[in-house]
Amino acid sequence: MIEENVSLPRIHYLNSHYGWKSWLFTTDHKRIGLLYMISITLMFFLGGFFALLIRLELLTPQADMFNADTYNKFFTLHGVILIFFFLVPSIPGTLGNFLIPLMIGAKDVAFPKLNLLSWYIFVIGSLFTLWVVAVGGIDTGWTFYTPYSTTFANTHVIAATLGVFFTGFSSILTGLNFIVTIHKMRAPGLTWFRLPLFIWSLYATSIIQVLATPVLGITMVLIAVERFAKVGIFDPALGGDPVLFQHMFWFYSHPAVYIMILPSLGVVSELISAFTWKRVFGYKFVAISSLMIAIFSFIVWGHHMYVSSMSIYAGMLFSILSYLVAVPSAVKVFNWTATLYKGSVSYDTPMLYALGFIGLFTIGGLTGLFLASMGLDRHLHDTYFVIAHFHLIMVGGAVMGYFGGLHYWWPKMFGRMYPEWWGRLSALIVFVGFNLSFFPQFIIGYLGMPRRYHVYAPEFQVLNVMSTAGSSILGVGYLLPLVYLIWSLRYGKVAANPWKAKGLEWETASPPPPENFLEQPIVTEEAYNYPTRPAHSPRHAGKLTGGLAQPAGATGKGREAEVV
Amino acid sequence: MSNAHSPVAHHFYTVEQQKDSATIGMWLFLATEILLFGALFTAYAVYRYRFPDAFMVASSRMDWKMGGLNTLFLIISSVTMVFAVSSAEKGRRGGLLGFLAATGFFGTLFLVVKYFEYMHHYHDRDVPGLNFHWTGAPELANGAQMFFFLYFFMTGLHALHMLVGLGLLIWIFITAYQGKYSPEYYNPVEMFGLYWHFVDLVWIFLFPLLYLLGAHLPPGGGGHH
Ligand code: HEM
Ligand SMILES: [Cu+2]
Repeated sequence: MIEENVSLPRIHYLNSHYGWKSWLFTTDHKRIGLLYMISITLMFFLGGFFALLIRLELLTPQADMFNADTYNKFFTLHGVILIFFFLVPSIPGTLGNFLIPLMIGAKDVAFPKLNLLSWYIFVIGSLFTLWVVAVGGIDTGWTFYTPYSTTFANTHVIAATLGVFFTGFSSILTGLNFIVTIHKMRAPGLTWFRLPLFIWSLYATSIIQVLATPVLGITMVLIAVERFAKVGIFDPALGGDPVLFQHMFWFYSHPAVYIMILPSLGVVSELISAFTWKRVFGYKFVAISSLMIAIFSFIVWGHHMYVSSMSIYAGMLFSILSYLVAVPSAVKVFNWTATLYKGSVSYDTPMLYALGFIGLFTIGGLTGLFLASMGLDRHLHDTYFVIAHFHLIMVGGAVMGYFGGLHYWWPKMFGRMYPEWWGRLSALIVFVGFNLSFFPQFIIGYLGMPRRYHVYAPEFQVLNVMSTAGSSILGVGYLLPLVYLIWSLRYGKVAANPWKAKGLEWETASPPPPENFLEQPIVTEEAYNYPTRPAHSPRHAGKLTGGLAQPAGATGKGREAEVV
Repeated sequence: MSNAHSPVAHHFYTVEQQKDSATIGMWLFLATEILLFGALFTAYAVYRYRFPDAFMVASSRMDWKMGGLNTLFLIISSVTMVFAVSSAEKGRRGGLLGFLAATGFFGTLFLVVKYFEYMHHYHDRDVPGLNFHWTGAPELANGAQMFFFLYFFMTGLHALHMLVGLGLLIWIFITAYQGKYSPEYYNPVEMFGLYWHFVDLVWIFLFPLLYLLGAHLPPGGGGHH
């Protein structure tokens, strides 16, 4: 981080209007981003609370605190809340909303009112879910498998599916808005291959949101109707096929795992570039790989159903396709690594998260390949190995990317820095806690401990205790940022572009004015146009000379000439 | 907010930019609709494959004449909608209002016919979850119920889209009456037209799959009563 002498702009999007109405009826994408941030933060800690209860119960092999039914409700609520109400809307809703128009030099997204509407729909969906929590929960698992969900469960399935339906609808509107925005709102000169990689990844994410989510939506309605009318297309008594449900569910939910990870992949590309002070190696490959991931994600859903009466030939096909999806993911990892090579790497908090991401995402992805091979999956399906696999990607990957991005753009959003020391400390705590939570789960899963039980064989206890200890540490790692980020809103050091990072979003004031740029920017260079300086890093030079050095072409004179 | 004189919203720079945005947005929305209905068409395919005879016999309980009439109504309404858009494009307000009204008229007729059809099925005890009662060959009962579930679900979802369409149409009509549209700006009319055609198109697929499948059998063939 470089010290800078800056003061807050006089008028910006936070103080241009006052009062609760100016927030609840805003159409400013930046404010909507903050509305999302507040709502998903609440959901994050609620879902995390259920995780803690699960881990507490698993401290011992017997049932101590909860019976089977209660335990089932806890893991269901944990999954439903954190997947549909936190991770899916997380980066697109907050950082995406905030940054897309800034990064492409627009005044707002293409449909500002629709943007606000999508937040309201998200809130309606969340209220359904909170209601379910309040009146007694749901115990089907986040996957809502039939016929349990339609016929046998006597918990609040209808309300929960409607909640998911609503948040899905909101997700569709966000994706639609982003695609149109990226197509039509780019500043003059901002060609596709000059776009930041974060934009590419959100574009790919949006495609999935728009094309996969409707299938989930109608599937949820079909479940609700089947429960309500006591007849429906999944009902085995009618000759209906529960496996059809699984197909429809995973047709959304596999692509959805990429809705959750792609935005983080984009964030990490930005972080790697900013903290190595370099162009991302193989920019075009990284950009296109996002699209490839989006396309492949639609044709691998069957790998969740190898043991659901799938024919061996269909299984082989899905298996091969699943291996293929690893290729574009690996392209990204290799390119990031190549970017680090000979970069002037600085280890600020966002970069710590990015580095953690790379390691954990890689392991998570590789274990995905284990699971994608039919023979192994026969053994590992529905064990803790699967739990560890997807938590490595969703928590070790997606959530770390979100936290990294949050810290990186925090000064952009609020004009103030978070306390760097605390930031690094909690990034470290998160990393340690995370690994302690989930690595043991690979082992217990491999040894055969099934998921979704509140009791287990005594020989698994040591590893389970390790995992619970890790989760407690992880919890601390998540609570710290909550405290110091809120603290920094008032007491943080004023900052504009502490990273001396490139990118249109840093060309305007921090926090930005209501319509982002005082004049329409005109873009004349590619993203990440960092000066090539193998020997002397201006960042480091800046540090030596007391931090006031302005690298030519990054900010200041060299750049202003380009912004008309 | 757009100011009173310009139809271009504050965050756009040109009319074209605004129009292109709306058009792309609308097509994307229609893509989501295709997937929404697509899941149901998939389910239809799965179960028709599983219960070929039951689907055919159950389908013969549909009144293909009513369905055909409705198909006609929707096609006419799509044609009038085309004329409505072209009137808007040419700045003919009278034509726009007239053709919108005609579109709404035929759309409403469709729903009226649909209402009578539903009532008919209700009296014939064809409604799964409410009063389904099959008196035909017992081995076809499950498949027939599946057929009728899909029939009500799919046509119900379609009818819901028609209702939303009519609501939008009223709004377009009122704004057209207020003179909001001109050859420079008639985006909403055109976008609504896309939606309306899409909903018609869904019906064009529903009609043969649900009504014509068993039309060659005697009415209610093998059915009850
Ligand atoms: C290289 C890419 C990936 C491959 C090949 C892969 C493969 C698999 C396979 C085969 C399963 C099924 C295991 C079983 O149930 O027996 C699975 C489960 C899962 N994966 Fe992945 N995966 C990949 C990436 C991801 C990503 C990026 C995410 C999330 C961001 C993710 C999230 C999940 C989840 C949530 C489950 C468990 C679903 C459940 O049953 O509750 N996966 N994965
Ligand atoms: Cu998957």
